Amino acid sequence: MTHKKSYFLNMGPAHPAMHGVIRLVLELDGERILNTEVEIGYLHRAFEKHTETETWSNAVPYTDRLNYVSPLINNSAFCCAVETVAGVSIPERVRYLRVIASEISRVADHLTCVGASAMELGAFTVFLYLMEGREYLYQLIDCLCGARVTTDYARLGGVKGDLPEGFAERFRAVAPKIRKVVADSEALLNRNRIFLDRVEGVGVISQADALAYGITGPFLRSTGVAYDVRRAHPYLVYDRLDFEVPVGTRGDNLDRYLVRLAEIEQSLRIVEQCFAQMPEGPVALSPWEMKDAFTFEDMGKAGSTALLPRCLAKTCRTLDGSGRDKAAGVRADEPALVLPSKEEVYGSIEGLMNQFEAVMWSWGMRVPAGEAYHAVEGGNGELGFHVVSDGSDRAYRVRCRPPCLFIMAALPQMLNGGYVADVVATFGSVNMIAGELDR
Amino acid sequence: MILLGWTAAKVAGALGFGLGLAGFLGWVERKQSAVLQDRIGANRADIFGWRILGLFHPVADGIKLMTKEDFIPRGVLRPFHDLAPALSLGCCMVCLAALPFGGEFEAFGGSWSLQPLPSPVGLVYVLALLGLGVHGVVMAGYASRSNYGLLGGLRGAAQMIATEVCMAAILAGPVFLYGTLDLQEAVRWQGRLLGGWLPAWGVFTQPLAFLLFLVAGTAASKRTPFDLPEGESEIVGYHVEYSGMKFGMFMMSDFIENIVVCGLGAALFLGGWQVPFAHLGGPLGGAVMLVSFGAKTCALIFLLMQVRWTLPRLRFDQLLDLGWKWLLPLALANFLATVWAVWWLGRHACL
Repeated sequence: MTHKKSYFLNMGPAHPAMHGVIRLVLELDGERILNTEVEIGYLHRAFEKHTETETWSNAVPYTDRLNYVSPLINNSAFCCAVETVAGVSIPERVRYLRVIASEISRVADHLTCVGASAMELGAFTVFLYLMEGREYLYQLIDCLCGARVTTDYARLGGVKGDLPEGFAERFRAVAPKIRKVVADSEALLNRNRIFLDRVEGVGVISQADALAYGITGPFLRSTGVAYDVRRAHPYLVYDRLDFEVPVGTRGDNLDRYLVRLAEIEQSLRIVEQCFAQMPEGPVALSPWEMKDAFTFEDMGKAGSTALLPRCLAKTCRTLDGSGRDKAAGVRADEPALVLPSKEEVYGSIEGLMNQFEAVMWSWGMRVPAGEAYHAVEGGNGELGFHVVSDGSDRAYRVRCRPPCLFIMAALPQMLNGGYVADVVATFGSVNMIAGELDR
Repeated sequence: MILLGWTAAKVAGALGFGLGLAGFLGWVERKQSAVLQDRIGANRADIFGWRILGLFHPVADGIKLMTKEDFIPRGVLRPFHDLAPALSLGCCMVCLAALPFGGEFEAFGGSWSLQPLPSPVGLVYVLALLGLGVHGVVMAGYASRSNYGLLGGLRGAAQMIATEVCMAAILAGPVFLYGTLDLQEAVRWQGRLLGGWLPAWGVFTQPLAFLLFLVAGTAASKRTPFDLPEGESEIVGYHVEYSGMKFGMFMMSDFIENIVVCGLGAALFLGGWQVPFAHLGGPLGGAVMLVSFGAKTCALIFLLMQVRWTLPRLRFDQLLDLGWKWLLPLALANFLATVWAVWWLGRHACL
């Protein structure tokens, strides 16, 4: 009888697969994992506390930093929650715009997750193919809201601006490219013996355990539960859209990979349907009635307001926000909650006052007292915000339900008994985003 | 005296070939992966504004590694920590000497062999030193006093045993066919034609052994899908506690191992320096031999790089399964089949 001694391997936060934001302490017997301890909190930024100290509309940019791979979903989720408390109903077109933005973000999220977990198995080429696809989506997001990652697209009661010119055509040009990189990656991996050996039957979690841990999203669906917030509790316009909820059977890394790839296709379909169903925004004005926004600004500074009643400002709809012609289409008619359009601010004293009141400390927009929980289907699962308002200009309490926190709780169970090499594979399929995990 | 000078020149040539190609491979690796992955690849290093597709990057890398701080963590086992990269690089560099870069040619009233180290047991020499090289890996992992390094070192040791045993079993087939352990003799044997039109290269006479050799050879040179000792996204590797040129030496030894394995493959399976249907003689013939061998080696290296950028990495237990349960039995079956075929053909006087 030999004396066997286990040893510890401290994985992270300085480890290539741990993103610098998480630490796993593994107790090993050779290459086999006996015990895992997950230490989180390296990226804690007090998001929830922050939202209590900022006005309602100023809290929206913080949500960009939650799941920074799919920030557009967070933006809409937070705004939907606040609107639920305030009892504001948003225009039809806004609902579609939010769905379009969310689904584009979801595709980017899934591409990143699948690519990163393939890279951690050594398939570097697949990672770069998928990143190329994500780049196309980031360009779309860039032309939608002027930023690639810190999008801040949704506004309380609306969105920042309407779709830019030719957005649908751009998307139709991008969608085949996404399908192509996904097909390329599937060709490289789906029948690859090495890849299948590495992911099949690895990181298994049973359906009962997944439910018990409160896991949602692709992770839960890989175990065979067809729970999707978009289907189970439809929000925005998901009840009018036709999409499938792909499910797996075994709950292992392979199923999660397949579920994510299948969801990419569904998300692309959803965006297409949105373009077809979306109500038209207000019609465009004839060019001679339009003047550049800076003209208004200059005239206003010079004290000349004769131009204002006759013309409308032409603003870049993505960078400066919506013009007056479009603002009605993409903002709720709630002056107490919604920021005025930019040329009202630039061009009229009422608009300027309105804007100041809205953003000024202790003056700003107020949400009636009450509380609500609103959940959306995020990239990783059910992303929910529980918002409590005491009627002041800022939140009394905001609680964010980050989907990957619950998966991380189950991580030790999936890793124990496996090999060190499988840590990165399973961890990659969790799609841990520290921004939303640690908040 | 002349002979000594000639040998020194050959050794210097072999080393220059290995080191130069290792540096060049760094560039090829980057550019090839870039083409494969729709990227541009490294193209910024320049000398007086000349960039030449980033060809100066290996030079820049070399300067960087040489001038970088040689950081040695506290608590490492000092002499072994320093010795490991030297052992790793040294073992694979001396392998280069035994490769048959060319045959013999007549010039200046004498016969000149292009092989730096003609030896009747050249193959055994190469395999032994390739196997010895893993001591550097294990030593590096152990001396680093880091669990990551230790894991890498242990993986390296287990992988080496699995693949070197298979390698020997795989090469037993061609060796029996050629009837020699001398690499030069093996190349000469492949100079004949089968049926008057097919060159008797190992790849035609021993196709199974060639495929198995590619797998075992990739594993022996620790490249993806068999880069377990390194496993950069998992355990960072046995050289995790090394920096500067010592780290560079490990990288270089990987490249040179690759060159040695591909050189061995070219010599045993692709006819070495032979050019089909051509009789090579004289100084010009000697030059053609060198080019032919170099081209075949590079073609194999290119193939292995292509594999590297296509496949993911195996897991430790899967690699051992592959080695012991698939490669070894297949190699032994191939050997038995070869023995039987040689006996049968010898009896019927066909070969």
